[in-house]
Amino acid sequence: MSANEIILDVKDLQTSFKTDTGEVRAVDGVSFQLPKGKTIGIVGESGSGKSITSLSILRLLASNGTIKNGEVLYKGQDLLKFSEAQMRKLRGNEISMIFQEPMTSLNPVYTVGQQISEALILHQNMSKKEAAVRSVELLKLVGIPSPDKRVKNYPFELSGGMRQRVMIAMSLACNPEILIADEPTTALDVTIQAQILELIKDLQERLGMSVIFITHDLGVVAETCDYVAVMYAGQVVEYADVRTLFKEPKLPYTIGLLNSLPRHDIEQDKLEPIQGNVPSPHNMPVGCRFAPRCPAATDLCRAKMPKLETDENGNQIRCWIYSEEWDGESEVNLYGETRIAKGRGTKTVLPD
Amino acid sequence: MSEETVNHPVTAKKINPRLESYKLFWRRLAKNKAAVTGGIMILLIILMAFIGPWIITNFTDFRPNETDLANKLQGPSAAHWFGTDSYGRDIFTRVIFGTKLTLYVGFFSVFIGGVIGVIFGIVSGYYGGRIDTVIMRLMDVLLAFPGILLALAIVAVLGGSLTNVIIAVGIFSVPAFARVVRGSTLSVRKLEYIDAVRALGSSDFRIIFKHILPNIMSPIIVQASLRIATAILTGAGLAFLGLGAQPPAPEWGAMLNEGRQYMYEAGHVALFPGLMIVLVVLAFNIFGDGVRDALDPKMKN
Repeated sequence: MSANEIILDVKDLQTSFKTDTGEVRAVDGVSFQLPKGKTIGIVGESGSGKSITSLSILRLLASNGTIKNGEVLYKGQDLLKFSEAQMRKLRGNEISMIFQEPMTSLNPVYTVGQQISEALILHQNMSKKEAAVRSVELLKLVGIPSPDKRVKNYPFELSGGMRQRVMIAMSLACNPEILIADEPTTALDVTIQAQILELIKDLQERLGMSVIFITHDLGVVAETCDYVAVMYAGQVVEYADVRTLFKEPKLPYTIGLLNSLPRHDIEQDKLEPIQGNVPSPHNMPVGCRFAPRCPAATDLCRAKMPKLETDENGNQIRCWIYSEEWDGESEVNLYGETRIAKGRGTKTVLPD
Repeated sequence: MSEETVNHPVTAKKINPRLESYKLFWRRLAKNKAAVTGGIMILLIILMAFIGPWIITNFTDFRPNETDLANKLQGPSAAHWFGTDSYGRDIFTRVIFGTKLTLYVGFFSVFIGGVIGVIFGIVSGYYGGRIDTVIMRLMDVLLAFPGILLALAIVAVLGGSLTNVIIAVGIFSVPAFARVVRGSTLSVRKLEYIDAVRALGSSDFRIIFKHILPNIMSPIIVQASLRIATAILTGAGLAFLGLGAQPPAPEWGAMLNEGRQYMYEAGHVALFPGLMIVLVVLAFNIFGDGVRDALDPKMKN
C-alpha cells in the first residue's frame, strides 16, 4: 500500500441550506484529500461547517440542505453522482460514521446486540444468529468487558463511554475503509475521552482504516491526526501536517486558536482569546472572512478574499500575508508571535 | 425496588428490561382504581358479548328477534329482566346480542383508522415538506366536519350497513391518529439514533417501521384506547339515525331509536340500550385515561 494513495478526495464542495431568511452557504468550496490509512482532522469553531462537510460526504444532509457543487471522489468514483440505493450500500459498509452524542445515538428500544447486528444484516447478508455472534466479537474488539452479557443490554443500562464504544462497534461492523468521527469525545469526560481516542487509534492501525476526525479540540487533533484542515466560516483556511501546524502555524486564525489554549510549558497569567464572533452566514464579509477579527487585517484583506495557496511542502493556506500582494508590514505581530510576510522571506521567528 | 435493579443490571441476577418496563406499566395501571374498574368492566363486556349469546341460545328460550305481540312494551319483570319492546321482543336478550356489534364497531373502526392514521402521520412527520402539507391539510379537511356529519356523509355514499359504519367511523378516526403520530414522529426523527441508523445504510422504510414506530407506540396505544369510546358512540349515533346495522339487528343505537317513540309510555325500551352505551363508553374512557397515565413517563411517582 503506497503512502500516497488517496482514498477520499473532496474537491470544491459547496453545501447550502434553505432557511426562512434565505439561502445559507454552510460549506463553501472545501477541498481536502484523505490518504489511505491516515487520519485527517477537521477543526473549527461551532458553525464553521465541519460537521456539514462530513454529512455531505455521506449525503446525509437534512431535507433543506443541498450540495451545490463539487466532487467527493471515493476510490475515484464521485459519490455525489451515486443513486440513493448505491449510497445506502456504501454507508455503514465502506464509509461509516460515529456521532457526537453517545447518549442519544442508540435506539432505546433495541439491545446493543440488535443494533450492531443491523449493519451486518443489511450489508453482509448475515443471518440474525451469525450477526449476534459477530456482535459479541465486535464488543470485545472495542474493549467492553463481558461482551456476551453486554450484548443483551439495552442502551440505558450502559454508561456514556460504553455507549460510545458500542457506537464504534456498530460503525466498525463491516470493516469500513473510512471512518468519520464527528466529535466522538465531546460528550465524554476526560479520562473516557483518552480511552476512546486510544481505541480509535489502535483500531485504525489494526484494521487499516482511514479516519476523518471532526473536532473543535486542538488537543485531540495533536494526539490523533496526521493532517489537519482548519475550517473557518465554511472554508478551509489552513491545511498542514500535524507537526507543522502545531510548531509553525501560519494563519492568524490558527495562531489565535492555539494561543487561546492553556499551556503547561510556559507561564501565563491570562489566555488571550480571539476577539469577536464567527460572521453570520447571512452576512459574510466580502474579503477574507476572518478579516473583521484579525489583528493584522489590512484594506486588501477586507476587500478581497485570499485564495487557498499551496506551498512547496504541500501545505495550504488562505491568507494575504503569505502572498506577493501583501500590503502591510513585513513583520506581522499575531497574538504575540511574529510572522514574516511573503516576498520578504518565509522564515518564521518564534518569540522565545 | 425496580429503580435499584435498573441501576445495577450486572449485579442483579437476570433482568429483562423490556419485561421490567411492562411490569412497571402494569404496576402503575393497577394503582389507578378507576382504570382497574374500567378494565374489569371491559373484560365483563367482552365476556358478555361472546359468551352471553351462547348461554341464551343454549339454556333459555329467548331469541333476539322473536316477536310476541301479545306481550309488547312490558316493563321489567322476572320473566323479561329489561322488559319487552314494541314487537314484544325481550330487551335483555337483544342487549346481550347487540354487545358484539357494538364492540365490532369500536375495535375494527379504530383498527382501520389507526392503521391508516399511523401511516399518514408517520409519512407526514418523517418526510415533511410538501408531503406533510398535503397529508395534514387533508386531515384538517376531515377534522373540519363534525365527526357524526362526516361519518353520516360516508355512510350515505356507501349505504347503510354495519361494515360501512365501521369504515365510516374508521375514516373519521384517521385524523386523530395522524396528528398524534405526526407529532411523535417529528420528535423522534430529530434524535441522533435515527441519523446513526441512516449512516449505517438503512432505507427509509426500515427506519420508519423498525426504528421510529416502536418508539412512538405509547401515544398510539393511548390514542387507540381513548378512541374506541368515541368510535362506539359515533357508531351508535349512526345506528340511531337509521344508517347502521339494519333492523332487526339488535344494535343498541337502533334500539334506542325504536324506543324513542315510546319514551313516555315505556321508557325502559330506550333506557336499557342507552344505559349500556353509557357504561361501555365510560369503561373505555376511564381505562384509556389510566393507560395514558401509566405510559406517561412524567407521571412517575
